[in-house]
Amino acid sequence: MPTEPHETPPKSQLLRSILWAAAFTALAGVAIYSGLEMYLGNGSKNVRYSGEAAIRSEFSLTDHTGQDVTQADYSDRWQMVFFGFTNCPDICPTTLAYMASVIDLLGDDAVKVAPIFITVDPERDTVPVMAEYVSVFHPRLIGLTGTEVQVAEAATNFRTWYERTEDDSAPDGYFMAHGGYVYLMRPDGAFEAVYQEGGQPPEVLAQDILEKL
Amino acid sequence: MIPLAALTMWPMTAQADVTISDGWARASILASRPAAAYLTLRSDEDDQLIGITTPIAGHVTVHGVETDANGVSRMSAIEALKLPSGETVTLAPGGMHLMLIALTEKLEEGTVLPLTLTFASGAKIEISVPVLGPGASGPEKE
Repeated sequence: MPTEPHETPPKSQLLRSILWAAAFTALAGVAIYSGLEMYLGNGSKNVRYSGEAAIRSEFSLTDHTGQDVTQADYSDRWQMVFFGFTNCPDICPTTLAYMASVIDLLGDDAVKVAPIFITVDPERDTVPVMAEYVSVFHPRLIGLTGTEVQVAEAATNFRTWYERTEDDSAPDGYFMAHGGYVYLMRPDGAFEAVYQEGGQPPEVLAQDILEKL
Repeated sequence: MIPLAALTMWPMTAQADVTISDGWARASILASRPAAAYLTLRSDEDDQLIGITTPIAGHVTVHGVETDANGVSRMSAIEALKLPSGETVTLAPGGMHLMLIALTEKLEEGTVLPLTLTFASGAKIEISVPVLGPGASGPEKE
């Protein structure tokens, strides 16, 4: 019995379009990222106003096991740092899952990098909340919280920014707007590079980090 | 792979010619935390997605994410999601998403999330989307 040529749903075609869309999104992401990087001057290789990057890993916070920590506790490792909050439905889980993939892709060298998630919503993100939250993403992910002042200080040192925005549709009536960057910091706390989830696949970022270690 | 393939046997068409594909939800971390679901919509006529409900969440909102020149991401609720005729509208991680709050239970990986979508045209579409792992980033990767 002859089959009709147009009968089969073009599933592979659909997949192909999805892949193209993904590739395009990734490219657009890179373009936006490059533009942002130039605009911000954070990671710019062309413009340097002083010998020292303004972004520094410097903080005094409490980790998800309840230990008070500073950047010195991670000085034997590089740090991959992301600011967010646990009531964030999309960007934070997406980025933390991305960081977890990168850590896995680092293989044996993963021990040389501390993946750190710093909450910008310490009011709700207490130590036990952070403990449960980070464990879902990666056993090695470190969750840091603190007082409002401590978190603000950490954000200032990373030159990142956040803001509480009231929204009736949000849990407890507010969201935290925040920077979506992943910072790669050297063991001494100095700035090395900044990335965004969607800017490159995890494999590319892992390779980039491996070359720097 | 096989059970998921069965679940993603879309497109599924209703009378208003809205096609929904690539739906999935991400397993939530805690029941008290908002969950996110994603899908792709395409309508043959101008339409708007004006309401989403599910038995397991008190409230579902379409959220857009805008990242400004300083890299700051802000979410904003979209009351009516425009579906221009013939245009594919995609909700995906890092961009638009369905935010589910006041969950009665957390979304467990491997289960399905039932959703009822209501459109300005009057159409109502019921779908079930697979709940993928907390680290999932798209329907095609699991």
